[in-house]
Amino acid sequence: MMIFALVLVPALAGVAAVALRHDRARRALLVLTALAHAGLTGAAWVVLPGPILGGWLALDAPARLFLSVTSMLFLAAAVYAVGYLAREPHGAEKDFEDGSLFTNAPEAVFTACLLWFLAAMTLVTASQHFGLLWVAIEATTLASAPLIYFHRHHRSLEATWKYLLICSVGIALALLGNFFLVVAASTPEAAPVPMVLGELTARARQLHGPWLKAAFVFLLVGYGTKMGLAPLHTWLPDAHSESPSVISALLSGALLNCAFLGILRAHQVCAAAGQAVFGQGLLVGFGLISMAVAAVFILGQADYKRLLAYSSVEHMGILALGIGLGGAATFGAMLHAVNHSLTKAALFLVAGNILAAYKTKSTADVRGVARLLPVSGVLWVAGFFAITGAPPFGPFLSEFTILKAALDQGRGAVAVAYLALLALVFIGMATVVLRMAQGESGRATQREPWLAVFPPAALAATVLVLGVYVPPALGRALQEAAQAVGGF
Amino acid sequence: MNLELVLILVVLTNLKLLGSSRLGSSIRTVGVQGLLLGLLPLVAGHDLTARVWLLAAGGAVIKGVMFPWMLMRALRDAEVRREVEPFVGMLTSILIGIVALGASFWLGHRLPLPRPAGSLLLVPVALSAILLGLFLIVSRRKAVSQVLGFLVMENGIYVFGVGVVQETSLLVELGVLLDVFVAVFVMGIIIFHISREFDHIDTDRLSMLRDWKP
Amino acid sequence: MMAFVHLLLALVLAPLLLGVINRAKALFAGRNGQPLLQLYYDLAKLLRKGAVYSRTTSGVFRAGPIAGLAAVVAALAIVPFAGTGAPVSFAGDLVLFAYLFGLMRFFTVIAALDTGSAFEGMGASREVQFAALAEPVLFLALAALARQAGSLSLTGILGAVTPAGPAWALVAVALLVVLLAENARIPVDDPNTHLELTMIHEVMVLDHGGPDFAFILYGAALKLWVLGALLVGVVLPGENILLSLVAMLALAVAVGVIESTMARLRLLRVPQLLVGAGALAALALILVMR
Repeated sequence: MMIFALVLVPALAGVAAVALRHDRARRALLVLTALAHAGLTGAAWVVLPGPILGGWLALDAPARLFLSVTSMLFLAAAVYAVGYLAREPHGAEKDFEDGSLFTNAPEAVFTACLLWFLAAMTLVTASQHFGLLWVAIEATTLASAPLIYFHRHHRSLEATWKYLLICSVGIALALLGNFFLVVAASTPEAAPVPMVLGELTARARQLHGPWLKAAFVFLLVGYGTKMGLAPLHTWLPDAHSESPSVISALLSGALLNCAFLGILRAHQVCAAAGQAVFGQGLLVGFGLISMAVAAVFILGQADYKRLLAYSSVEHMGILALGIGLGGAATFGAMLHAVNHSLTKAALFLVAGNILAAYKTKSTADVRGVARLLPVSGVLWVAGFFAITGAPPFGPFLSEFTILKAALDQGRGAVAVAYLALLALVFIGMATVVLRMAQGESGRATQREPWLAVFPPAALAATVLVLGVYVPPALGRALQEAAQAVGGF
Repeated sequence: MNLELVLILVVLTNLKLLGSSRLGSSIRTVGVQGLLLGLLPLVAGHDLTARVWLLAAGGAVIKGVMFPWMLMRALRDAEVRREVEPFVGMLTSILIGIVALGASFWLGHRLPLPRPAGSLLLVPVALSAILLGLFLIVSRRKAVSQVLGFLVMENGIYVFGVGVVQETSLLVELGVLLDVFVAVFVMGIIIFHISREFDHIDTDRLSMLRDWKP
Repeated sequence: MMAFVHLLLALVLAPLLLGVINRAKALFAGRNGQPLLQLYYDLAKLLRKGAVYSRTTSGVFRAGPIAGLAAVVAALAIVPFAGTGAPVSFAGDLVLFAYLFGLMRFFTVIAALDTGSAFEGMGASREVQFAALAEPVLFLALAALARQAGSLSLTGILGAVTPAGPAWALVAVALLVVLLAENARIPVDDPNTHLELTMIHEVMVLDHGGPDFAFILYGAALKLWVLGALLVGVVLPGENILLSLVAMLALAVAVGVIESTMARLRLLRVPQLLVGAGALAALALILVMR
């Protein structure tokens, strides 16, 4: 029942948002739905809901984890969006990059798609059936495409087209992977195994080896496109930099995790069938390549939102690396998913504030953020330290766990590459971020709206707390999730 | 109407797509392919339950009628030149198509299904459609051609699915169909916007967002 | 014995095919058209005339038409008709078959180039380009048939054709396109045009006159018969000679209809048509090989 509510409440709210006339009512609906969703998620931690629809939807440990992160991020984004939408001008505005006029999409479309986006992501986390998982992930692509195209100008249109086409092609390959899985599950001796995760892991020995491996490869490539693993990441910098910062926060923080969950489910089945080593080799490879590509493009990056987007690519690489290493690194990967989502969302929201104040995305033209926007400046620098893995923030713990696991397994080369790439990214981001924060902006200090500052501050504070103290409940949930995926 | 005949007609429509130089005729060819795919569940050897009929009818209507209609409308609203303008010429495309066909049959030979499907042609035809769909996406300039390539690829995956899927999962097939429908719908809208913003639908010229600015 | 009957039939009836084609085209155009036996009258007239040879030509020019005719008569000896075996048949004779056409074309081309005129050179280059594309199509179609029959001889192949199934239909279509291309029919080439820009085959034979031209015309008629016999043998395998003869005439009418209803393709498009036919033949081969 609760799972139904978790999916249907945002979906119906989205329908209502189209029907509502007044902007204020719509924004209130957005925040209320976010609160209701967060409440339901919290309740799911206390009273675990049982599986429904014959096991097709259930909230196991990884599902609860990712659902909570999504819900928290959506709440922060909804609160920020209220202020953002209020500040956006109605009618034509001037594009700051080439001076042409453009309009925004209607606010009703924005709010409705945002709520449907939440519904689709919830469905992804709760799906235990591979087919339903696929349908939900495709639905997230379709719900988020209009969101990227909120500012209706050339560049966002180009970004939306690339996003739509590349992600749809990738997800189509994942569908082929699904069908390969069906073939693997239908051996002539026994009855065919249904596509539900529980059944597949229980009867994993029955699965046909070569077809299972082929299925994993296609699911990895397909969902990896959506997750942003290099070399399939080409849509990510464009989409995440051209969409409004609120949307970028959700895309980087929540959507990439949903795609990661798809890969995790495939890995679960592979591990249960004894083919874990095959999958892990591929994951380590993709992980290191993603980190390397991200490092290359972060050095000398001229656009700070693209910088954050490439940082997302890097961290998705770290997640893949963690799962690929296995053992204790799986726990580290789960913790890192949580940390990265919170930090990246905070950073994107702060970037939105910087963009609103400076009206340029170029790093060369932004100076003195710490003086012009005091709170945002502090959050900007703190977020930078967090995302590059400096203590005492959360990502340090998770990245350190992965490093330790690599060294414990005796994989020295992987550990050295990992550290070197992390260092490169740190240097690249430091030159950009610190230069932006310091210096003189030439203007007087601005008063920052409360709605624009509170969400990123809350997220950043959570990351700081997680770096020092992991609550036992969260720790247990992370352990359970890691064990479910095949670690320890 | 047996399975082999339908599959060979699907291959012929793919070859025609590779060699056709007019967008209108390409869209119609994809529509014909959609109708053929609508027939596929009926001849693939499943028991003819109501679900199968629903899937067949839905597939035929959506793939054979709605997609061509939506794309023709997008094309007409875009008011662009109705030529395909590919990166790779027609001749080379057809040759690549033949090579892809040969490769698919070879691969299909190497990947035997544990539970044999209705016809030996199923896996090779599906693989060839996927390869050709990917090739169309990569080698064509206009956005509408890329959507057609995406549809061909989805058709190939659908052929594979119909051949191997069990009856209970036909519900998922319907979900897939609806997803692709909404995807094409959204793509059509985006193409309309592209044509309005840029005065062309040449995705090759959509290159403002990049990291190395010369 | 029956094989030689077929040879005789071909030698006598080949010009009738061209007459039927022209009559069909005329009827489509609403005219009465030439008499059916017009080509016979033309051949008789040409054989009685003298020939004029340009001073720039050499013995090659004089030898060309005769060598071409000899090549096509040799090809005629290899093709079976109506279930009767061919007078000459051995394993691998289908390769010889294809290359006899190549030989005939070669002689036409060098005779044309021998005149030293740029005009003929242009026609020669176009013709050879199209033939280079049509030859693989012929080979692929024959390979598909050979694989199905398990024999490398035309007699064996046409004896074992099963007229059903998608591969058979694809091969038939491919062979039809090869027939149109090799005989310089619309949509590949217009046999009636004499405009500079549009001639392909016609331009090469422009300089011949008298008996030489008679040999060329007769050779073209025989070529049409040979390829038509191949196509009829694939479409209508059987032992009935009368039925096959009627099928040949029907094929001639069909060619006439095609010529009347289609326009000649742009020169850019002809390679695409041929490669498309090649794709169909390749698909047939792939289907037969699994």
